[in-house]
Amino acid sequence: MRRGPSWFNLVSLTVGFAFLYLPIVLLVAWSFNASRLVTVWGGFSTKWYVALLSDQQLLDAAWVTLRVGLLSATVATVLGTLAAIALARGGRFRGHTLFSGMIYAPLVMPEVIMGLALLLLFVALRFDRGFWTVTLAHTTLTLSYVAVVVHSRLITFDRALEEAAQDLGATPARAFMSVTLPNIFPAVLAGWMLAFTLSLDDLVIASFASGPGATTLPMRIYSQVRLGVTPEINAVCTILIAIVATGVIIWSLAMKWRSAGAARQALA
Amino acid sequence: MNRPRGRAALLPGLWLAIFFALPFLLVLRLSLSDTALAIPPYAPQIDWSQGLAGLKAFFAGLDLEKYRQLGEDRLYLDAYLSSLRFAAAGTGLALLVGYPMAYGMARCRPGLRSLLLMLVILPFWTSFLIRVYAWIGILKPQGLLNAFLGLLGLEPLTLLYTPTAVQIGLVYSYLPFMVLPLYAALERQDQTLLEAAADLGASPLKSFWQVTFPLSLPGVIAGCLLCFIPMVGEFVIPDLLGGPGSLMIGRSIWMEFFANRDWPFASAVAVVLLVTLIAPILLYQRQQAKALEAAT
Amino acid sequence: MSRPPTVKPPRSEAGRRLNIGAVRSSFAPWNDPDATPLVRFEGVTKRFGDQTAVRDVSLDIYPGEFFALLGPSGCGKTTLMRMLAGFESLDAGRITLAGEDLAGAPPHRRPVNMMFQSYALFPHMTVEQNIAFGLKQDGMDRKAIDARVAEMLALVKLEAFARRKPDQLSGGQKQRVALARAVARKPTMLLLDEPLGALDKKLREETQFELMDLQVQLGMTFLIVTHDQEEAMVMADRIAVMREGEIVQIGRPEEVYESPANRYVAAFLGDVNLFETTVEAIAHPMAHLTATETDAGFYVLDDDCPAAGATVWLAVRPEKMRISLDPPSADVKNVLAGEIWDIGYTGDWTNYIVELPGGTLVRVARANDRRVVERPIDWDDKVWVSFDPDAGVVLTS
Repeated sequence: MRRGPSWFNLVSLTVGFAFLYLPIVLLVAWSFNASRLVTVWGGFSTKWYVALLSDQQLLDAAWVTLRVGLLSATVATVLGTLAAIALARGGRFRGHTLFSGMIYAPLVMPEVIMGLALLLLFVALRFDRGFWTVTLAHTTLTLSYVAVVVHSRLITFDRALEEAAQDLGATPARAFMSVTLPNIFPAVLAGWMLAFTLSLDDLVIASFASGPGATTLPMRIYSQVRLGVTPEINAVCTILIAIVATGVIIWSLAMKWRSAGAARQALA
Repeated sequence: MNRPRGRAALLPGLWLAIFFALPFLLVLRLSLSDTALAIPPYAPQIDWSQGLAGLKAFFAGLDLEKYRQLGEDRLYLDAYLSSLRFAAAGTGLALLVGYPMAYGMARCRPGLRSLLLMLVILPFWTSFLIRVYAWIGILKPQGLLNAFLGLLGLEPLTLLYTPTAVQIGLVYSYLPFMVLPLYAALERQDQTLLEAAADLGASPLKSFWQVTFPLSLPGVIAGCLLCFIPMVGEFVIPDLLGGPGSLMIGRSIWMEFFANRDWPFASAVAVVLLVTLIAPILLYQRQQAKALEAAT
Repeated sequence: MSRPPTVKPPRSEAGRRLNIGAVRSSFAPWNDPDATPLVRFEGVTKRFGDQTAVRDVSLDIYPGEFFALLGPSGCGKTTLMRMLAGFESLDAGRITLAGEDLAGAPPHRRPVNMMFQSYALFPHMTVEQNIAFGLKQDGMDRKAIDARVAEMLALVKLEAFARRKPDQLSGGQKQRVALARAVARKPTMLLLDEPLGALDKKLREETQFELMDLQVQLGMTFLIVTHDQEEAMVMADRIAVMREGEIVQIGRPEEVYESPANRYVAAFLGDVNLFETTVEAIAHPMAHLTATETDAGFYVLDDDCPAAGATVWLAVRPEKMRISLDPPSADVKNVLAGEIWDIGYTGDWTNYIVELPGGTLVRVARANDRRVVERPIDWDDKVWVSFDPDAGVVLTS
């Protein structure tokens, strides 16, 4: 018997969520405002969106960001999943402590330090900074997040399932592919999505790791934002928010639909 | 039989050694160099052809010059202290706002709970930069907040480019990091504990302080560390919302690096920041390991 | 390093003489010196850190046997089974299957299959796909797989559920899918890890008989791990009772129950009254014992009884004791007077706890074979407890 929320609970929830969402809602509203002023409603307009289409620099930056995101998220997902398997199933292999330390450290490491460190590496290795260095940097940053997401799924995954597969004649590699992977796949996909959005969002590390010709969207937005609020940037932000929100909503609906489908079949 | 699974660590381990561990050694190494020797683009200068002598010469070249410089410059000490202050206050405020939210969420019915949970997570997925940027429009002198105050007949406030704006930005940006672990700790709690407390004569308020809150402490600690650690090194928020008065160390590193081009000095600042954060980072990792053990 | 199998010398010699439990005596390959065991554990030891989970266990299991490893949790029985399946390595000793050393063979190359305690059904596959999984690994062709799956579904009567996913099945159905999946590959041996643990009491009893029938029908060797003594006694041909990593006794259910090797086995399987006694004299076939605490004299059969002067324990099962309000006739050898201390009525049986003059408590069980009793035994009644000389067992450890 769980007691329902009291008025105090309701007030704190309302205030809290208003605080979280008001700025985002305002941003979206401003992007459709015909007036440049945030305090004046000049009528509904999509002119800022139209203006974006002719901003070649911005479009280039978006294209760079998309490519970096897709590539780094994919590599990070492979590496992160491997790391999660090692953490969850490897037992106490040699260097376990150092390894788990390296996995968890990027999660809490200030971005400025990580960006600086990576830049020094690229300079020392005489890498030309640009698309590839940003991709490498983002892979390093996001593989830890993937590892954590997949790891938390793996530890709740009944190990007996893998053993059963091996007992029934599957090699360890086959047992992983045919039993473990299909079951942890939602977590792997969630890890990929997280890695992708992190890469899409990152300003600080990209600024350090990037060079001329590889300006990412956050870097572009940042240089505009420093000049103040502009309606075009509001429009870009709204588009990004819409993409992410759509992704998250589709994801959670898919999850809900899956469990509802299972329940329906069980009743039939 | 499952030993070979450790082999899965090989590839990611190698990757992290090259792209994570090695760079930190480079930072440490550069922080011990002189500016003149290490103007960008610098290169590591061990002369391997001279063998041991080269290595000796390399170590002889290292000195604590940059750290001395750092200690003498009042500006950096202030930046460190104010970073810690901002982070501590931001963490405290986030706890103050986040705890009632997490508590309220845990008290809702399950369907609503998962919706609210998604709403907390959603901002986490949207760009940090964008969310900070949105506050400029609200806080600036001719912004929405002052327009609203004007409607109420109140004096306009100067908020943008002040420490207050930085504080608001910190709490706002890191609130989800606080709410999630708190909610996880509160939601897990067995409701019959409260019934038992009530049955034994405790008032609701007493039950909260003697049962609910102590049991949620792991969540409080995790949430606080998850906010505090990255807040200390924060760059975007003080840069966009803060003025010259809102010194934060992350921004100092950035400035040193991109504006002053003094890489050794920036590295020294970074090393000191890292050392400051080692204790809370280790604490956080221990907390996570404990939670993991409890879960399995 | 090979050593002779250490099957305990059968206590059944005494058993036969006394005609203990006259069931299933025809199947007894372990008494046949020419029979070759299917599985042989030789001096098997397993350590986890500084804990020894299994200590120097030697054990033979014969083809067609239904063998049970019985013991409390943490006694090493599951570890022993997992070593046979290949999920744990051995620290010492060896395991052979049909004469071949299993060392180094990974789980997927061993011709045994396991039914997991949690069933370990693959949640993303249907019942059919679960059963077909092992067959696919063997590289069987599609048609043969379909035929075998259909056969297995019929065997466990789940034809109607072929397309269901595991989370749409009841506990009993899941258990049957796990069973069908494990036997589908026709393994040399089936390992069952607490197979009935997750079922409720009624279903458990039914399933026990189903498993026994199935074992006979398939002609397969079964090794079951359980902590439930009743389960082991009902199903198994032989039981190995384990304690702290070691095997304490191996024998047919009747043997381990009626002729336990020591006090631990006597107390682990069912209830028992234990009296610490001194051997007074031996006059074959009888032994005269005196209780240390009460000086009461007992006359029991002298099987395995050490010479006079030794301290031994006399074990008597509650259901082998009689209780009466009147003193028994003078020719009854073992009689104890006492007072009713507690009564536990369970419907078919009533358990009486009787306090003897020295304060010792004795448990007596009586079948309630009549609906109406003229004068039921009540609290604080003075009662007489007696038992026959062949009801008690002398234990030296």
